[in-house]
Amino acid sequence: MKAFFGRRYTFSASHRLHTPALSEEQNSAAYGKCNNPHGHGHNYVVEVLVGGPIDAETGMVIDLARLDRVVQATVLERFDYTNLNLDPMFSNRVPTTENLCKAVFQLLQEPVAPAELAHVRVEETENNSFEYYGEGSNGNDD
Amino acid sequence: MIFLTRRATFSASHYYWNEAWPEEKNRQVFGRCANRNGHGHNYTLEVTVAGEPDPVTGFVVDLKWLKDVIEREVLAAWDHRHLNLEVPEFSKAMPTTENIAVAAWSRLERTVDAAGGARLSRVRVYETPEIFAEYRGHDGQISARPPGAEGAR
Repeated sequence: MKAFFGRRYTFSASHRLHTPALSEEQNSAAYGKCNNPHGHGHNYVVEVLVGGPIDAETGMVIDLARLDRVVQATVLERFDYTNLNLDPMFSNRVPTTENLCKAVFQLLQEPVAPAELAHVRVEETENNSFEYYGEGSNGNDD
Repeated sequence: MIFLTRRATFSASHYYWNEAWPEEKNRQVFGRCANRNGHGHNYTLEVTVAGEPDPVTGFVVDLKWLKDVIEREVLAAWDHRHLNLEVPEFSKAMPTTENIAVAAWSRLERTVDAAGGARLSRVRVYETPEIFAEYRGHDGQISARPPGAEGAR
C-alpha cells in the first residue's frame, strides 16, 4: 500500500534572472524586472511530497523529524538568506524557480531514501508555483 | 478527464502510542505526540474525484452531493471526536495523517464510485497547514482509475 506524506518549508533568498547567452536587451526583454542588476528576493515555500508504504509499527510513510532534518541540512541551510546566483548549482544555470525546483529535488532525492521523493513544489510568490516530479516522469508521481 | 476537489474541515484529538513498545521507545519515536492525554488539530480534508463533465449539467459530480457524502461518511464519525478512542479504524492503526488519509479513502470510495460518472481519485488530509498526507488508492497512481476500470486496481 502506497501513501504520500507532504511537508511545507520556507526560506528567503535573492536572485537575478540573467543569462550570458543573451544580450542585455534580450535579457531585459525575457526577464523584465527580474533582470534588475542588483537582484531581488522572495520568501519561497517548498513543498516536499514523499511516497512509500505505511510502516506497520509507526503508521508513518517517513518520520517527520527525519524529513525535517534532511530538508534543513540539505536545502534550507544551503539556500536560506543567500543569493541563489552565487550557489554552485546555479553557476551555469539561471536561478529561475523552475531550476530551483529541480535543484531542490536533486538535493533531496537520495537523502530521503528509502522513501521515494514524489515531487517538489516551489512557490515563489502566492501567485506562481512550480513542480518537479523527477526525470522521465509523466507528472503522475509514478 | 476532469479532476474536481471539495474541501472540508473537521476537528479531532489523537495521540501516537504503539502498545507493543515500551514507554521509552514511544516517547523517543513519537515525541510530543505520545502524550497520552492527547492533543488536537483542525484537519482539512480534500477529496478529489475524476470524471468527464455530464453533457447536460456540465458537472463531473454535483458538489452539494459530494459535500453531503463527505459529511455523512467521514465528518459524522470523526468531527469533534477522539480518533484513538472513538473511531473504529484507529482502534488498532495509529491515527497518523497517513492512516487518516487511507481511512478517509476507505469511507468514501464505495459511495463515490457507486454513484457513477466519477471515481475517487485522491484524498489529501492536512493536519496543519504545513503537514499533509495523500492517498490515491492501493497502487498510488492518480491516473490509473478511469470509470469502470476495476482491473486497474
